[in-house]
Amino acid sequence: MKAAQPRRPGTIVAEIVTALIFLLFLFPFLLVLINSAKTSFEVTQYPLALPTRWGNIVDNIVKIWTSESVRYPSSLLSSTIITAVSLILINVFSAMAGWALVRTKTKTSSVIFFIFVASMVIPFQIVMFPLLSWFRTVTVATGIRLLRTYQGIILSYIGFGAPLSIFMFHGFIKSIPLELEEAATIDGCHKHQIFFKIIFPILKPIQATVLVLNGIWIWNDYLLPLLVLGKGNDVMTIPLAVSNFAGAFVKQWDLILTAILMAMVPVIIFFLFAQKYIVKGMVAGAIK
Amino acid sequence: MTKKTESRIVFWVFLAPVLFAFIMVMVIPFFLGSYYAFTNWTSSARVDNGLRFIGFKNFTDSLTDPSFLYSFGITFVYTILNMIAINVVAFALALLVTGNLRFKNVYRVGFFVPNLIGGIILGYIWQFIFNNAIPSLGSLIPALGFLADPDKLMLSKNTSALAAMVIVGAWQYAGYIMMIYVAAIENIPQELIEAAKIDGATPWIRLRAITIPLCAQAFTVTMFLTLVNSFKQFDVNVSLTSGGPSTMLMGQPILGTQLLALNIYNTAFISNKLSEAQARAFVFFLVLAIISIIQVYVNKRKEIEL
Repeated sequence: MKAAQPRRPGTIVAEIVTALIFLLFLFPFLLVLINSAKTSFEVTQYPLALPTRWGNIVDNIVKIWTSESVRYPSSLLSSTIITAVSLILINVFSAMAGWALVRTKTKTSSVIFFIFVASMVIPFQIVMFPLLSWFRTVTVATGIRLLRTYQGIILSYIGFGAPLSIFMFHGFIKSIPLELEEAATIDGCHKHQIFFKIIFPILKPIQATVLVLNGIWIWNDYLLPLLVLGKGNDVMTIPLAVSNFAGAFVKQWDLILTAILMAMVPVIIFFLFAQKYIVKGMVAGAIK
Repeated sequence: MTKKTESRIVFWVFLAPVLFAFIMVMVIPFFLGSYYAFTNWTSSARVDNGLRFIGFKNFTDSLTDPSFLYSFGITFVYTILNMIAINVVAFALALLVTGNLRFKNVYRVGFFVPNLIGGIILGYIWQFIFNNAIPSLGSLIPALGFLADPDKLMLSKNTSALAAMVIVGAWQYAGYIMMIYVAAIENIPQELIEAAKIDGATPWIRLRAITIPLCAQAFTVTMFLTLVNSFKQFDVNVSLTSGGPSTMLMGQPILGTQLLALNIYNTAFISNKLSEAQARAFVFFLVLAIISIIQVYVNKRKEIEL
């Protein structure tokens, strides 16, 4: 800690201005919180007032928890499964691919890497409709269901998330000295052992970035789950559940805002724990 | 087994999982889509059932449809306004939180939080703010009475609804872009600023002559990110305005704040014209690719100038 520096009047003004902007920035979240503790009459009549009875928040939470169109416990579980499994697989598979692409200096390897990089400019809109018809075709041909299932959406996230992740691993692995791997080869390590025992642990900082960038995207994604999982499915993510509810209970702001509050709380708790990694990871990801 | 064959096997085995997923969800759909865009593909006319090649009809139909042209125009306007709003707010915040403030880490985290919540949820929160909270402010404070007028709600007119989307966009994204500027500003050597201070440079001159030029690389990144993300905006559009309110253009009713991504989605699932939506997605991709190449090129030239 540095000793407190003498503070000039300019600094104090800046402190007050920043604090005010800070409050303004977080005010929407405060509105969500106070209005989750109101009855539907109170919300529409006095949206800015404090709730008359904070206990209402419990009633509202119970209503959302048991609501048929949110199915909160099952949506939270689905979101968690989809995000966690996709992240683990993207992380391991992309690191493997990045390493294979760096350490194999053939024409095929360069071409594959180039295709991954080039694919990053392609917007999702261009593949989303044919993706659905292709998944249907695969199901007809093989019997494996991809639409409306976990395997379908996780496969999609791996495919869409891999290019950027491979690109980041590739950049980092290039800077790892080859001698490290040669020494291990002399000691009799197999290639796959070299990767999993030596390289993969070194990649931790990049893994953090890959997990954070993909994690925020997958957890909050709306369009891909909407298309691949569809509405009214057993497997539903939190963003789908909230929009489902808001669509079905138009203007029932007390309950919509409670659903929003319950959607935000897990993210905010997670953020407070992993704050340092998240901010670092996102900035590193942007600069790469 | 020779060394070379072992390497080759390891290469393909390590690549196989991502390659499989990538081919399944990107490569095959991309080529299918390139074909479908030139056919009469709909949910009833599938590959096994009456699919015909119709040339450029989907493209000409798209480019003569007022709603698509309007979406193009409004997406350009939205993108430019959003880029300006996000970057100005983010840079100003970055300057504030790199100063000598007591709670600067708390501020940084706070500004970053909206970025963690998905656009779909943020859009609903702001729909409530624009439709309920702000009018209520108008009825509480007589001087702001106009806010309570139901005809003057921000989301009830095209131009103000678009402005509302820019406000939400800036609020959502500024904290993230701020973090990139913070990283750039903190990389500026302290000696440079000290030397300028000794030479009597005012804060304004220090900003113009040192901070902004040394953040030039960060500007290229942030401009690119904000450009691409604004152009592809979908979530906030759906939950904040759903594309509305409607308006008339060339004698046709159209949605007044329907950005391109939503236009493509609605063409497919509301108008049920899948192949035309696919053609629109291609036009969307080409335009996005061209303007982002121009943006990076211009910024790179500016980087050298600064």
